[in-house]
Amino acid sequence: MENLVRHRYWWFAISLLAIVPGLYFLLLNPLITTGSFAIGLRPSIDFSGGSMWDLRFPGKVATDVTTSAIADIFAKNGFEGAQVQLSSVDVNGTATVEVLVRTVALSATDPNSQIAAVTNALKTTFGDVTRERLESVGPTVSQESTRSAIIAVLGASFAILLYLTWAFRLAPHPLRYGVCALIAMLHDVLLVLGVAAILGTFFGLEVDALFLTALLTILSFSVHDTIVVFDRIRENLINRRSGELFDNIVNHSVVQTLPRSINTQITTLFTLTALLLFGGQSIRNFIAILLIGLISGTYSSIFNAAQLLVVWEHREWRNWFRRGNPDEDQPAVPA
Amino acid sequence: MRSRDLYSLLLIVIVAGVALFINFSPSQSFLSRDVRFHLGLDLQGGIQVLLRTTNAAATKDDVQTAAGVIERRVNGLGVGETVVQVAGNDRIIVELPGVENPDQAVETLRGTGRLEFIDPQGQYIPTGTVVRTTGDPNPAKLTNTNPVSGTATLTNTVPTGPIYQSITDGKDLDTGAVQPAFSQGGTLGSRPAVAFAFKGNSARSLEQFTSSNVGKPMCIILDSEVVSCPTINAALPNGSGIIETSKPEDRDRILNQLKYGALPIPLVVETSRTVTATLGQASVSTSIVAGIAGLIVVALFMILFYRLPGFLAALALMVYTVISFAIYRLIPITLTLPGIAGFILSIGLAVDANVLIFARLREEYRRGRDIRTALERGFEESWPAIRDSNVSTIITSIVLFLFGNSFGVSIIKGFAITLFLGIVVSLFTAIVVTRTFLRLAAPVFSEQNAWLFGIDRRSTPSETATTAEAI
Repeated sequence: MENLVRHRYWWFAISLLAIVPGLYFLLLNPLITTGSFAIGLRPSIDFSGGSMWDLRFPGKVATDVTTSAIADIFAKNGFEGAQVQLSSVDVNGTATVEVLVRTVALSATDPNSQIAAVTNALKTTFGDVTRERLESVGPTVSQESTRSAIIAVLGASFAILLYLTWAFRLAPHPLRYGVCALIAMLHDVLLVLGVAAILGTFFGLEVDALFLTALLTILSFSVHDTIVVFDRIRENLINRRSGELFDNIVNHSVVQTLPRSINTQITTLFTLTALLLFGGQSIRNFIAILLIGLISGTYSSIFNAAQLLVVWEHREWRNWFRRGNPDEDQPAVPA
Repeated sequence: MRSRDLYSLLLIVIVAGVALFINFSPSQSFLSRDVRFHLGLDLQGGIQVLLRTTNAAATKDDVQTAAGVIERRVNGLGVGETVVQVAGNDRIIVELPGVENPDQAVETLRGTGRLEFIDPQGQYIPTGTVVRTTGDPNPAKLTNTNPVSGTATLTNTVPTGPIYQSITDGKDLDTGAVQPAFSQGGTLGSRPAVAFAFKGNSARSLEQFTSSNVGKPMCIILDSEVVSCPTINAALPNGSGIIETSKPEDRDRILNQLKYGALPIPLVVETSRTVTATLGQASVSTSIVAGIAGLIVVALFMILFYRLPGFLAALALMVYTVISFAIYRLIPITLTLPGIAGFILSIGLAVDANVLIFARLREEYRRGRDIRTALERGFEESWPAIRDSNVSTIITSIVLFLFGNSFGVSIIKGFAITLFLGIVVSLFTAIVVTRTFLRLAAPVFSEQNAWLFGIDRRSTPSETATTAEAI
């Protein structure tokens, strides 16, 4: 436990184990199941366009309503291929059927008559219907959002890299800190995207604007954690005793910041768990993704970012394809 | 030194006092400013639409003018706390929280408000028919502007039907003369109506046409749709007259659209989000529970783990909460569900700075420094880490804000704003407030009650181990 740096390849292996299943569902699964290359995420209407209807049928129980009957009504009113999802919500103590219907976007020029037609048809068949939420995103905006989402993630990463390189300008090799923080960040992004792909494949989780928010928050929190560790390394490097190994400095710094990392993680876990339990249905996925990402962020800052600095210091990649254990292959003299 | 701390304490008490007053002011106002919470669409229900112009040649100025017209129409609707905002080059975001009939409201805003009179060639065209006129031969309502997505097929791309001769030009409408009116007599009795008047060429041609076609029908067209086709009883002098409607709601809509001028560019609904108030109400109460639960658990954790400093940090956390809420009310910041999540998440950040400082304080004390030095060094040494880590979060919140702002995703914007404010306020409370509290508490400290501060001189096993390794 004490020498965290010595076991760095174990930490990397754990990261790989956590990321690879997600990557499979993100990249390979769509290729295997559909035969064409695609990203294994389910984009919500925010990114793919379309509309989402949240309907409730007061006084009805789940058996009164069928997905095919609802899809039929939508199809007859100009929404072919509607995807219907049934669930039950608790309204003032009585179970009510809630229906989520995803269709193509509403007409840009005359949405109201479309809405009225569908609502009237539903009322004729099922009696009382309330429309709790109706969101429609047109194709122009959804395409642009997708593009800007990518720009937002890349832009934020680049800005953070620049800032880190600047903040660590006094330490030797400032760029290394930025790059290692970014790799740790990439670790978290891949893990979260992978989890989203798995949840999307099995539970229909959709990637929406809120997911992007969660992702960017995870990025910043991951860097936040990494900086705290790096800051300690920087400080310990400045006060370095002669002959002190870089490995030991990194290990020392990680151990010193460990209580803080754990405590901060615990407090964030508390607040997020409170949100998860009481925070309302509509942000539940958002909070769950944040929770996974923040745990990953803390792990990656301690077990990836700091460890990568050591790998870089020894240029260990030169040993990766040689025979033998890389741990026994360390140079005796500090670099 | 001591007096400086007392001044800081005084400042903190004043700031917290003002913040408390803002939060609990019985009149819900501060310095004659309304300080009620502004709730977003997801919390109080309402509609948000993103309007986009279909006119590719539209300039930013046109969009700006259109936004101005819409803003006046929105105010005409009499809904509070509305937002009308230009986004990008061709979009306008409109938010109407708490509006009762969202569909109708959107129709009122979006309608171009272009009033035309046409010569129907002796026919009475039914109300609601979309017609082609010389003023607008290819109305958007006839062309299917819907995207070809999924199974939808493009139909009716080329509008057919006769093109009617426009007698007036919508641009010549005298908006000052548009007023509510009642039509007198007739077979249908008194009905709601809108009075109007044209200027310039349109006034002359309307007068001419009506005087030479008495007894024949003439159709009134609003945004390419037939409002009515009355029979001309007499010439309309100076191009002024009234438009009869069958319902007061129609009258209000036409009035609103004409009074504030026509939109310079046609607009379509690109994106719309409607939420009912009931769904939002449930979210408000659950978020409050989540916030309180989060705060209590974090405070308990800090007290158990860091004892007196933890208690002071929990106190600072309360100051943080009170100040944050006061700022939300003052600016005001529209609270959304993710916005509240952003606030609750920033509680974690606020505590993080204190955790860093206290961990440092423990270390410094173990190195044999006295409590005051350990305290000061704890703050000084942890500052670079706190600064750098918070800057990276600020960068992200700015990126999120820009993203949310340009696409009308107000929920993301809300999150970004509360997260940003959370960082700024938490820096103040975690550093200034906690530091002042701790400095004032320092004289209480003695070797005997070191447990109260959660610190001791004993080296932890990890410390010895790493030192041994280093040697």
